[in-house]
Amino acid sequence: MSSLKKSFNVRCRDFIHAGEASISVQQLLKQMHIDPVLIRRIAICGYEGEMNVVMHGGDGIYCVEINTDRIVLDISDKGPGIADIAKAMEKGFSTASDEYREMGFGAGMGLPNMKKNADEMIVESEPGCGTRVRMSFIIKQSTPT
Amino acid sequence: MQAADLAAQFNLTVVAGKKGLERTVSGGHCGDLLSEVMANAPVGCVWLTIQVHQNIIAVALLKEMAAIILTGGNRPDEETMAKADAEKIPVMVSDQRTYGLAGQLYSAGVV
Repeated sequence: MSSLKKSFNVRCRDFIHAGEASISVQQLLKQMHIDPVLIRRIAICGYEGEMNVVMHGGDGIYCVEINTDRIVLDISDKGPGIADIAKAMEKGFSTASDEYREMGFGAGMGLPNMKKNADEMIVESEPGCGTRVRMSFIIKQSTPT
Repeated sequence: MQAADLAAQFNLTVVAGKKGLERTVSGGHCGDLLSEVMANAPVGCVWLTIQVHQNIIAVALLKEMAAIILTGGNRPDEETMAKADAEKIPVMVSDQRTYGLAGQLYSAGVV
């Protein structure tokens, strides 16, 4: 199977369409008969990454690359960036506003959820230069579907 | 048990997503923090929450939920109902608080 790539624009504060990229990817992976357990892990990571862009990131791009042996999510934004990535990875740490917390976001679980569910995760960010999160998921050929 | 049975048995009012009432309920989850729900809610569950905004429909879709119940007298936003109808995710409402309703569901075998 050759590589399949798709990308979606994600807009800052666009709660009307928030989550649609993740849902589209989930539907695509189902059509490709990817292991349901793997799809669920990707759904968690994709949703958390997408919502980070909606809430914190300014506009961004959500890309998925599907290969024979792995699936890669590459979510980047033009937002303010992360000053301390290690701190941001700590469970419970959040810079979300009160408005977002009242909506049930900002629990400080997003990045830890992504780290837990991805096989590999790389976060690149600098203040003022946006953020890029790449997550890889290995497709185990023997995994029952 | 189907979502429709849940509504009838527990006197829940279905306010949106009625075309999804044939969904099978295979568990339950209570939570208002969306990341916690994304991390822990089981597939096929009914989700009890007080969150009413439209992003709960995206969470329900991604977690392949059977239905959402808004507890404590909360009612969904207009946008939430429109999205629930479009995606066929049943949204029900109850005046009961989450704890009490969850206890009833659990006692009835929704575990």
